[in-house]
Amino acid sequence: MIIAQQKPIQDIASMIDDCNKVLLVGCAGCVTVCLAGGEKETDILAASLRIKRKLENKPLETVTCVATRQCDPEYVETLDSYVKDVDAVISLACGVGVQYLAERFTDKWVVPALNTKFIGGSVTHGEWEERCGLCGDCVLHRTGGICPIIRCSKSILNGPCGGSQYGKCEISKDVECAWHLIYERMKALGKLDKLMEYQPPKDWSKSRDGGPRKAIREDVMIG
Amino acid sequence: MKTESKLEKILASGEFAVTAEIGPPKHASGDGMKHHAEMLKDHVDAANITDCQTAIVRISSIAGGVHIKEKGIEPIVQMTCRDRNRIAMQADLLGAYSLGMRNLLCLSGDHQKFGNHPTSKNVYDVDSMQLIHLVRRMRDEKKFFSGEEIKENEPRFFVGAVANPFADPFEFRVDRLEKKVEAGAEFIQTQCIFDMERFERFMEMVRQRGIHERVYILAGITPMKSWRAAKYIGNNVSGMIVPDEMVERLKNAEDPKREGIEIAIEQIKYIKENVKGIAGFHVMAIAWEEVVPEIVERCGLYPRPKVD
Repeated sequence: MIIAQQKPIQDIASMIDDCNKVLLVGCAGCVTVCLAGGEKETDILAASLRIKRKLENKPLETVTCVATRQCDPEYVETLDSYVKDVDAVISLACGVGVQYLAERFTDKWVVPALNTKFIGGSVTHGEWEERCGLCGDCVLHRTGGICPIIRCSKSILNGPCGGSQYGKCEISKDVECAWHLIYERMKALGKLDKLMEYQPPKDWSKSRDGGPRKAIREDVMIG
Repeated sequence: MKTESKLEKILASGEFAVTAEIGPPKHASGDGMKHHAEMLKDHVDAANITDCQTAIVRISSIAGGVHIKEKGIEPIVQMTCRDRNRIAMQADLLGAYSLGMRNLLCLSGDHQKFGNHPTSKNVYDVDSMQLIHLVRRMRDEKKFFSGEEIKENEPRFFVGAVANPFADPFEFRVDRLEKKVEAGAEFIQTQCIFDMERFERFMEMVRQRGIHERVYILAGITPMKSWRAAKYIGNNVSGMIVPDEMVERLKNAEDPKREGIEIAIEQIKYIKENVKGIAGFHVMAIAWEEVVPEIVERCGLYPRPKVD
């Protein structure tokens, strides 16, 4: 899922400094699961902003709602009735949700309440870790199911580099060396010979370099 | 010879080669590098110019190479994968060759976190293994990284790489060295050797697989200035091992700097006599270039052989 974290309240407040009434839109997708932008977080943020503004003698009126998913026009349309009389819309979705709201509500000031961090999963309750670099050309079948693109601090394909020691990355004793993990896993699977295969340079045109990427499934298109 | 490199000729002659390292400054004058080059030129066959080591901005390796070449030392240009994409790398490779550089050392590069621009973005468009392969392909098949033909004047570098016997997983270090040789590395400079026992185990595995017969391995030697420096490196630099005995020896020495030089000399003599499969020495006297001549002389590596 997409992992996001709320921006500092001061930053969010400064984005809507000149507004009297705002709509806060949560999202029931990934950001609900990672406890950043679900119903609860939306209500807490609304209350926090109201209290802050009240203390500043500039009361703020808030409206809250939660979209099933902000990354789908079908669900964004259902917000039309909430938006009419507000000065700004605060999205508690990932960066995709913010953009979908801005595209739908062309005359509204739409701002992000979250920093979209990465694609990852839960480690333990309250801790998430990045697992996918969105490179567009998955290599996990060659690396024992461990992603070197995002888990290696240098994204190298023929690791580990000379900075790997005691299983840790050179950048920090708290960061596991992805290539050490790959080595151990391939060894356990009896596939160390695979690591001797030279991996050629990656085709980064499949990653972020070519403008926004599209994925098309003609077989499921309607009309 | 495959290249015009003097280092290649010396290594091919079977004599021990000696290389040193000259660190470029954090300013825009090459005078210090030229001074070090003059100091070292009779005692080493070639000198590495580091490429923004520890990710600190300095005079570039290629520009540094021009400075020291002017003073009569053959440069070994270092190229890390940290700062350039494949377009910039090739532009620099063509430029370096056009300026008379004949040796290239391919490395991953230290992470930018350690340097003076920790908020920068690293590149790693290609990794060190791929760089080795692609630079060899430029020379041997006259092809750009993309596969496009280089119609004339292809860069013909003598291609080197690094090996770190002190990084982990230990058993894979020999595999990775072999992988670099397969990719096209012709000479290897090792990380600084402080843990001789581990280095010998590494070399034993290298010899068992005959890798030393396919590539020239230069043992990395670094004289230490103080026990604090030794301890700091051992504890804080990932991929380096400094045995406690060495720290203690420096700590108990009356003149620690002198002791550091003595240790480096002992290491080279020991390797020359006892560790088979070593083709030369890479003396990395970090910010202490002036001690290299004494070390070279006292190890019986002076005068340096002359080659055409």
